[in-house]
Amino acid sequence: MATGTIGAFEQSLTDVGVELTRATPATFSETLASVVDEPAVGTPLGFDGVSLKDTPVTTELTPRDLTEAQTGVTPIGRAIAQYGTLVVESNAAGNEPVSLYPPTHVGVVRESDVIEDVTEAMPKLAEQFSDGGSVVFATGASATGDMGALVKGVHGPKTVRVVLVEGL
Amino acid sequence: MSLEERRAKARHIRHLLETEGRAIRENTTVFNEDRYEVSESFDGYEGLRSRARRIKEDAIDRLPELIDRLRESVEANGGELYVADDAADANRYIEAVVDGEDADTVVKSKSMTTEELDVNDHLEAAGVDVWETDLGEFVLQVADESPSHLVGPSLHRSQEDVARLFNERFDPDEPFETAEELTAFARDYLGARIRSADVGMTGANFVLADSGTITLVTNEGNARKTAVTPNTHIAVAGVEKVIPSADELQPFIELIAKAATGQPISQYVTMLTPPVDSPTIDFSRPTEPLGSGDDDRAFHLVLVDNGRMAMRDDDHLEETLYCIRCGACANSCANFQHVGGHAFGGETYTGGIATGWEAGVHGQDSAATFNDFCTGCSRCADACPVKIDIPWINTVVRDRINHESDGAAFDFLVEGLTPDAEPGGLDVQKRLFGNFGTLARVGSATAPLSNRLAELGAVRSAMERFFGVDARRDLPTFERETFADWFDARESPDNDGREVVVYPDAYTNYVLVNRGKAAVRVLEALGAQVELATPQESGRAPLSQGMIRTATRRASAVSADLTTYIDDGFDVVVIEPSDLAAFRREYGKLLDEETHERLAGNSYDVMEYVYGLLNTGADAGVLAEPSEPLAYHSHCQQRTIGVETYTEAVLTDLGFDLLTSDVECCGMAGSFGYKSEYYELSMDVGSDLEAQFADATDRTLVASGTSCTEQLGDLFERDVVHPVELIAPE
Repeated sequence: MATGTIGAFEQSLTDVGVELTRATPATFSETLASVVDEPAVGTPLGFDGVSLKDTPVTTELTPRDLTEAQTGVTPIGRAIAQYGTLVVESNAAGNEPVSLYPPTHVGVVRESDVIEDVTEAMPKLAEQFSDGGSVVFATGASATGDMGALVKGVHGPKTVRVVLVEGL
Repeated sequence: MSLEERRAKARHIRHLLETEGRAIRENTTVFNEDRYEVSESFDGYEGLRSRARRIKEDAIDRLPELIDRLRESVEANGGELYVADDAADANRYIEAVVDGEDADTVVKSKSMTTEELDVNDHLEAAGVDVWETDLGEFVLQVADESPSHLVGPSLHRSQEDVARLFNERFDPDEPFETAEELTAFARDYLGARIRSADVGMTGANFVLADSGTITLVTNEGNARKTAVTPNTHIAVAGVEKVIPSADELQPFIELIAKAATGQPISQYVTMLTPPVDSPTIDFSRPTEPLGSGDDDRAFHLVLVDNGRMAMRDDDHLEETLYCIRCGACANSCANFQHVGGHAFGGETYTGGIATGWEAGVHGQDSAATFNDFCTGCSRCADACPVKIDIPWINTVVRDRINHESDGAAFDFLVEGLTPDAEPGGLDVQKRLFGNFGTLARVGSATAPLSNRLAELGAVRSAMERFFGVDARRDLPTFERETFADWFDARESPDNDGREVVVYPDAYTNYVLVNRGKAAVRVLEALGAQVELATPQESGRAPLSQGMIRTATRRASAVSADLTTYIDDGFDVVVIEPSDLAAFRREYGKLLDEETHERLAGNSYDVMEYVYGLLNTGADAGVLAEPSEPLAYHSHCQQRTIGVETYTEAVLTDLGFDLLTSDVECCGMAGSFGYKSEYYELSMDVGSDLEAQFADATDRTLVASGTSCTEQLGDLFERDVVHPVELIAPE
């Protein structure tokens, strides 16, 4: 992974108002706890070396949890440096509603999953689509200008944070 | 159009200028400026446009085959595909699905295609509650209004407007004031409805045939929630939204937000292959695990034809189907920026490409209500991310409207007497402006009597009554000695440089003669051997009135004359930018390809040509010294063909102090500003240019185009010169 790509990702996140926090597998649980507002819900990360087990995040989800949670934590399939885009992969565990309903979304990104641009993302997307998969390119917080001025936090999260796991 | 109809139209426009003009102008101008900024800072933007264009050309060409492929994909995924012939057919199917689910409530995310169907009215009549979850659409639903813009349906409303509306309708304990308060209220109000809805209905920006994936582009996140919260998802899209596969999706993902709102990418690009894997969410059983209900997800994709397949077979309307509904054409339209979609009208679509959409889906009568708002300034052609020639679609529809108007009994007499090739029923105002070339020839031959006559109050009021020529506009003053007369009466210097033929357009030949003389002096001073082509109108004037047959006749005559010079090795120099733009753009539609390419490839804007001469060794010292500081407005069509930069470069290189405008159009736009129904809008558009030059009182006003010269003259009541006049030696 070129450091240039990570640098570009960091810059893009700043541009779209997303805060990035770095962690290593060793510091992950502690770091995640520091960026989560409770109550927090999440979906299993599925990454070797880090998990939500020793964090304040519950992965047993009910509709009430979804509406009452202050934070939703999900793994991010890949992240696109050029735009600061998080690729949320829909799954049965609920990446889509967990990244969408709570007012804060925390995306966990492995350093090796940061790619340069949309073009680089396309081949894998094509495979996912042909397997019936769904993904969302999420860039920054949900927003609207329809009420006469730009407001963040409409139907989706008002705050988005990224935890970048180095060395994975 | 009768005098009364013109007055009613003017009143309607005046009302909208006063009520909606400000909000529309602020919003569209920001979108437009941001589009310029983001597209200029993104490497490869033009390449993406070309690629997107090719993909759409191919997809529309192979549409029936792609729809078959899509059907297989959607069915293999466990969904249903229904191709609806028309709005009634689509509504019937949607109602049956909703009925089959025993649904009481449907939530929707923004979809212009469902606006086209009037599906909300249809479902409500069947007793179903329908809620729009996009905040702009929600505002319209509360206000019971139609959209005024493709992307920002309620952008004609200011924050104060929305607050007033919501306070009246919802009567909150504390009245709403800020956008934050309004947004928070709408989010909670609609959130509750999404959670309890039985069916979610979305549109689809792009549909992938190979996988059955639909793409939704939004900022609010409502499309995501609408699609995955209720178990049943209905997506409604025009048949033209189908592209082959994920391989073709990338340019659109990157283009659409840049073109629409000037964002690098929208907040959410949602790519769903329904029925989706996300767990079902039953908010009526709040403590049961997600996905634990026994209901499966269901998905229905409704592809709407509603005239589109017929558009595909129409050589001129087909291009409309490449449209990705970004609204950049409306945002870059000076008239739209000032008066908005509610002035344009149209049953569903409004502004820019809407002419094509309305002509195709609702019929020509709907398109006719706003087609004349297009001045042909062509700025939308540059703005369109799929390079649709929107001005041409407007011209073709105008031509068709002209041909269907009711012919009077003695039309055959009219047809014999007019100098054009149009049918007798043509609106007299259009015929007057379309025959400017003839008018100018007669006006010049009878000058100064013609000018004095035209200034008489009785004549002006008759012109307003019968032709709709607004009496508040100054008319062009015809010169008795034409540019061609002057040229013929003089001796050319004994030059041995490049051979140049100057095209004496109708304005330069009969009205703005000085810029013609200056052009000849400059070219000769730089060593060129100059000849003058036959003075004749280019076809631009009839084209602007939708008189395509007449324009074709003119284009053939002009090209026949000029190509004889090109055969002999001459370069063609054009002074009027709208005519050069006709040679390079519209002649491609009027002439055979070879003739068009030869003429377009060998014709130059006069300042472009001067730039070329100065950069290939000609001595700039022979030109006039820079004098007073300048305020320069380039011509809209000149910018679309990208030649205004030469004027700026030449003047700057010669040492002039240059202030340039960046408004899309001066508002005059040929005949538009003369028409009594549009005069006030034209002046309102002109006020942008007026504001930009408000502090330039010590600067000489400079314009390349005739229309801009007239508009600047009217706005500032000062003389306006062509750039070439500034550099001409005495």
